[in-house]
Amino acid sequence: MSMAQRKRSYGLVLLLVFVALMVSGFQTAQNRNAGGFWDGIHRIFDFPAGVISEAIEKITELPIHMATYFPALIETINIAAAATLIGAIFGTVFSMLATRGMAKWPRLIPVFRRILDLMRAIPEIVIALILIFVMGGGPVPAMIAIAFHTTGALGKMFSEVNENASLKPVDGLASVGANWTQRMFVGVVPQVAPNYISYALMRFEINIRASAILGFVGAGGIGYELKNAMSWGQGRYDQAAAIFLMLFASIVVFDQLSSWYRTQLTHGRKQTEVTP
Amino acid sequence: MTVANSVHLSQSNAISVISRKKFAAVAMLAVLLGYFAYVFVAFDVVGLYQKSSSENAMTLIRDSYSYKVHVARDNRSNDLSVKIEGENKGAYPDGVTPDWVSVSEGKTVIELTDGHVITFGEGDVEYFIPDYGTVWAEPTRRGVDVKFPEGEIPDYISASKNRLMIKTDQGRLTVTRNRTEVFRYFLGWELFFFTLDSPYHGMSVSEIAQRAVSGEAGAIWSDFWNNRMWLHKDVAWAIFETILMAFLGTFGAAIVALPLAFLAAKNFTPLQSVRFFMRRIFDFIRGVDALIFTIMLSRAFGPGPMTGALAILITDTGSFGKMFSETLENIDDKQVEGVQSTGAKPLQRYRFGVLPQVTPVLMSLVLYFFESNTRSATIIGAITGGGIGLLLTQAMYTQKDWEEVSYYIILIILMVIFMDWLSGKLRAMLISGTSNDTM
Repeated sequence: MSMAQRKRSYGLVLLLVFVALMVSGFQTAQNRNAGGFWDGIHRIFDFPAGVISEAIEKITELPIHMATYFPALIETINIAAAATLIGAIFGTVFSMLATRGMAKWPRLIPVFRRILDLMRAIPEIVIALILIFVMGGGPVPAMIAIAFHTTGALGKMFSEVNENASLKPVDGLASVGANWTQRMFVGVVPQVAPNYISYALMRFEINIRASAILGFVGAGGIGYELKNAMSWGQGRYDQAAAIFLMLFASIVVFDQLSSWYRTQLTHGRKQTEVTP
Repeated sequence: MTVANSVHLSQSNAISVISRKKFAAVAMLAVLLGYFAYVFVAFDVVGLYQKSSSENAMTLIRDSYSYKVHVARDNRSNDLSVKIEGENKGAYPDGVTPDWVSVSEGKTVIELTDGHVITFGEGDVEYFIPDYGTVWAEPTRRGVDVKFPEGEIPDYISASKNRLMIKTDQGRLTVTRNRTEVFRYFLGWELFFFTLDSPYHGMSVSEIAQRAVSGEAGAIWSDFWNNRMWLHKDVAWAIFETILMAFLGTFGAAIVALPLAFLAAKNFTPLQSVRFFMRRIFDFIRGVDALIFTIMLSRAFGPGPMTGALAILITDTGSFGKMFSETLENIDDKQVEGVQSTGAKPLQRYRFGVLPQVTPVLMSLVLYFFESNTRSATIIGAITGGGIGLLLTQAMYTQKDWEEVSYYIILIILMVIFMDWLSGKLRAMLISGTSNDTM
């Protein structure tokens, strides 16, 4: 009983500390902000309202704008797709090199794990900005930056999947003299593929957003067009509205597609488990 | 007979299955290669390769581990200045020069490494290059007169009517009509601890430690903290702002999303219309995405950490709402029924029947997001203008302070690794804490 009481008072103290942190944190954030919370709160819908009203006013032009910016949207999606594929390929290799029982060089497992941690830790924007400086703007810096981060993120998730994979096929293949690549391709990949694909699809959703954001800092695609459209200012927000709509629609569509396919994957697997 | 038949049948079956799988694998590989080929063309990789500048890459790499000191003479007024990285903040006071620059009557001798010597005479310049000879140049009103030693001119020298440039590993000399300038490279980051105007510049660590002990610690700290070149104070604030954005955004979103998630969970909200409405709201927020919220909020609140925090808060409310409601739908009803059987009111049922079950799961989700939001906060900061993201983009756009860029990158990576470690630690504590509970 006394323990429960002590625990409750601990919980209360923790809660109070948390509330204090949140309140003082918001105070600090507000003091360091250009505009205060209460000054801006009534303006929060001014911008969306302006964009929407202009979009409605020029509703006939929206399809034309959408057609204009469609190639940029395709570029953004291509950046995300190519980066996810590259990241998944490298992530697969790295994850196998970082899993006990599968690694080609077991001694280097910690090294590969740290490499994956580091790749995950570097935000995309850092690599993108450096590459934009070296290569000039365009989709490739964004693709490389996202692929780099994706390799780290997927590599970690894949290696967690690998831990649960059976090593028997690998041993069997080793006994008939298969080399490492063959063992991995034939022994491991068929076991883990559904989980890999599911994680890669989730990553693809994240990467579409990331690729739009990187466009905003100069890496091409729909984000770059959005930045330009915004800078033209009031009176020409109809173009921004078209881009917003397209971005929103594509994010929702790919989210739904990927979640539908992921449930199919897990659902399909359950069925095969039931039937012997 | 039948056994042999069936063996034969299953064998041919197996062969056909394998060949079908083989075909599928090859087809997938072909599709993949085809897609990469398309991307290669669509992204104009060849054009990009030609456009990309290896010189920019070299500057970036060299600047990240070394710095340069500019020794410049204005050819009209004959004023000599020595500035670290060519910045006024790093200028040596008048009449003071580093020991490799010696000024005497009408003559300035600049010693580079490996025996390279540059001499500013009365109006003219001489650069002695050991394996080659002495290059003489004099800026005139019409341009730059140059005399080379006998033989072919090496390709690290470029000379035109108005400009002479000699780039060696030891340094760089540029002569134009108005200005004669020498760069000498040094390893490391310049003035990282103390700027030239601080009395502690150039002191050894032990000397500084001694002075700190004898009561100057405050002054030493203030000179370091207010370093005008590296702005340690501003950088520390920027890192703090970035973490603050992630903290407020993540936990704020969790607080907002929790009650909403109850409204979207099947076992707590029998009304299908309410559930449907809440889910569409979550989907809508997730679809609008951080980028658009960031733009919208920075219009209302201006740049700063609060804008970033609110952007993260709104975006994650959508994600948390969805995930929290899924977690709530998967709880064990027995515990709730147990609490209910003691005559608990609805609120007590939630407090004692539901929350203890879901808290560890939800907290570990929130902590996972906290770590990943530190990275998002860096990017959002670059867009709204706050935190370390802003400092990074500013340093990048000036395209000269690459040592600062590498410094910020290192700090960002350390920050993310620290947050990763912290969130992992807290999650581990959470898990061990709850397992104690059940025992």
